[in-house]
Amino acid sequence: MDTTPTDSLNPWLELRRLTPARIALGRTGTSMPTQAQLDFQFAHAQARDAVHLPFDHVGLSSQFAERGRDSLLVHSAAIDRHSYLQRPDLGRKLNEDSAQQLRDYAQANAGGFDVVVVVADGLSALAVHRHTQPFLARMEEHFATEGWSVSPVVLVEQGRVAVADEIGELLGAKMVLMLIGERPGLSSPDSLGLYFTYAPKVGLTDAYRNCISNVRLEGLSYGMAAHRLAYLMREACRRKLSGVNLKDEAQVQTLEVAAPNENFLLKDA
Amino acid sequence: MATFSHAVGTQTYRFDSLKDVMAKASPARSGDYLAGVAALNDGERVAAQMALANIPLSYFLQEVLIAYESDEVTRLIIDSHDLIAFAPVSHLTVGGFRDWLLSDAADEHSLRALAPGLTPEMVAAVSKIMRVQDLILVAQKIRVVTRFRGTMGLRGRLSTRLQPNHPTDDPAGIAASILDGLLYGNGDAMIGINPATDSIASICDLLNMLDAIIQRYEIPTQSCVLTHVTTSIEAINRGVPLDLVFQSIAGTEAANASFGINLNVLQEGYEAGLSLNRGTLGNNLMYFETGQGSALSANAHFGVDQQTCETRAYAVARHFKPFLVNTVVGFIGPEYLYNGKQIIRAGLEDHFCGKLLGVPMGCDICYTNHAEADQDDMDNLLTLLGVAGINFIMGIPGSDDIMLNYQTTSFHDALYARKTLGLKPAPEFEQWLSKVGIFTQNDGRIEFGQQLPPAFRQALAHLGGR
Repeated sequence: MDTTPTDSLNPWLELRRLTPARIALGRTGTSMPTQAQLDFQFAHAQARDAVHLPFDHVGLSSQFAERGRDSLLVHSAAIDRHSYLQRPDLGRKLNEDSAQQLRDYAQANAGGFDVVVVVADGLSALAVHRHTQPFLARMEEHFATEGWSVSPVVLVEQGRVAVADEIGELLGAKMVLMLIGERPGLSSPDSLGLYFTYAPKVGLTDAYRNCISNVRLEGLSYGMAAHRLAYLMREACRRKLSGVNLKDEAQVQTLEVAAPNENFLLKDA
Repeated sequence: MATFSHAVGTQTYRFDSLKDVMAKASPARSGDYLAGVAALNDGERVAAQMALANIPLSYFLQEVLIAYESDEVTRLIIDSHDLIAFAPVSHLTVGGFRDWLLSDAADEHSLRALAPGLTPEMVAAVSKIMRVQDLILVAQKIRVVTRFRGTMGLRGRLSTRLQPNHPTDDPAGIAASILDGLLYGNGDAMIGINPATDSIASICDLLNMLDAIIQRYEIPTQSCVLTHVTTSIEAINRGVPLDLVFQSIAGTEAANASFGINLNVLQEGYEAGLSLNRGTLGNNLMYFETGQGSALSANAHFGVDQQTCETRAYAVARHFKPFLVNTVVGFIGPEYLYNGKQIIRAGLEDHFCGKLLGVPMGCDICYTNHAEADQDDMDNLLTLLGVAGINFIMGIPGSDDIMLNYQTTSFHDALYARKTLGLKPAPEFEQWLSKVGIFTQNDGRIEFGQQLPPAFRQALAHLGGR
């Protein structure tokens, strides 16, 4: 049954194919019609739920165990989500128990690793739950090809990007790779970010890291992300650095960019 | 540097400096906790407010919060202070100033005359002892009117920046959002794009496109592409038609340096804009964006609370006679403004402080998905700022910015505010809306045309090969 009020008909509905923006929503009086209103609320709810979804480290570590991979669980200095959201500085460092745990581990397993892999909830545990295993499975093929030694996966609760550098330093990593849930957008609640540091240590700024963003089904594919990251890591080993001085020039098949649509507002009458 | 103390009952509270009193008197917000400058508890906060209320306004000319020698924003504030304009309130304390502002002695005329006599620190101080209703009542007495191709800030008007962002700057995608906004009566403050790509070539393409649309449809508005001021200067040097010169600014020299600007660079941008002489009604052409927390996030706050840093940015703004200034209040995230309550208070403070200093304030009423805020909070802030007489807000399709990934006010939201508060678009744009046949407005009543306006019907006919 069509319950659309007559004044909300959309004579310009066809413009929708030109942009993912929420245009041509119609109106009831001058207000948002019910359907558009509830669509928005659902998108926001999904993004909110992604921010507050608890990190299922038990599930992740049993998935790793099934693949024959060990994992370690650590916690940042942010005690809960409330503190995590207000104190980014706390999410960037380990709590004392976790730091000690990693020191002990390093002592018992001397020699360090070529690659330390860290997985943190960040701002979307949903992204991490969805994409960690399929992405890492791809990535580990590259590690094997390069012959790199790889640490157990370090799972961090309430972690921010920089905590990976502390973990990498404690475990004697040549390189640290972090998988972290990115800030959810209204139509992207499950976007995974990849951050990578060569010779990680506490106190490095963003300028020393490389980032590959937007790994998700509607975004950058696992295979493409792994390919680009492997290129960066090989280059980092060769040049002994990471960050702004290491450009992402991986030979990748770029997406076919359609010729820009002609602007209908400026066509000759 | 003086120390301050205040006794309440048996307890005496002590404060190290004016900066310390100001920070501890600030209504609670996450950014001040993050910076470690906030009051330890509610009692200390109110004691600081009491101490602050007793400080004479004239004392703010003696003790600066950030050193004169090392900060050009402090130098601008002190060197441009107008003692004659200050005279009517120079004998008052901060508390007395609040009483005066709320009294009938403070009206549109006296407040306009007073603005050059006020420093950002005086204004920030008084805002800290004001409730939400005080911030609204005083702000709505003030009008800051500016002109370029349209007139902003007149009483009874509420303008919108049409923000047609697109993740890849696709011209047709941008045009689709522009038309959507125009057909909902938005876009009188400007059509302003946040570009996804910052190359000079694509910035110039966008500027040329906006100019062509504004000219073809004879829209009494202004264009803006929000790129670094030096890029705008480069575009002007290349002969590209540019209306408003944009820049993000902050309240300390060091924070501005983190944006790659200083007062000289802003002056160059301002003069480059003036050289084009594109304004038909006036030549206010700078468009600034600000936001509480920007100085702290650049580690350039020098122990000054975030609301006072923000107010100092308005001193930078007013020096360049801006067309509009936009506090992007909820964009920065919950580590600076945690929830709807903090965002709402901050938006009203920024609007009040800017207006009192004579700055044409607008607000990007917005939030991110990791803040404890939602559409209801935005409705509250929009309604309150509408009552307070804000110059402009954002207008975006369905509140969803698909490029910047945050939520701001929609085209529909602007119509809600105009309808409930009886506010109209800028007069030139109101006339255009009626002439083109989009809608006419009488007080709160908005009557849409029965059909799509012919000019736009023709444009739509170009789609799909019809």
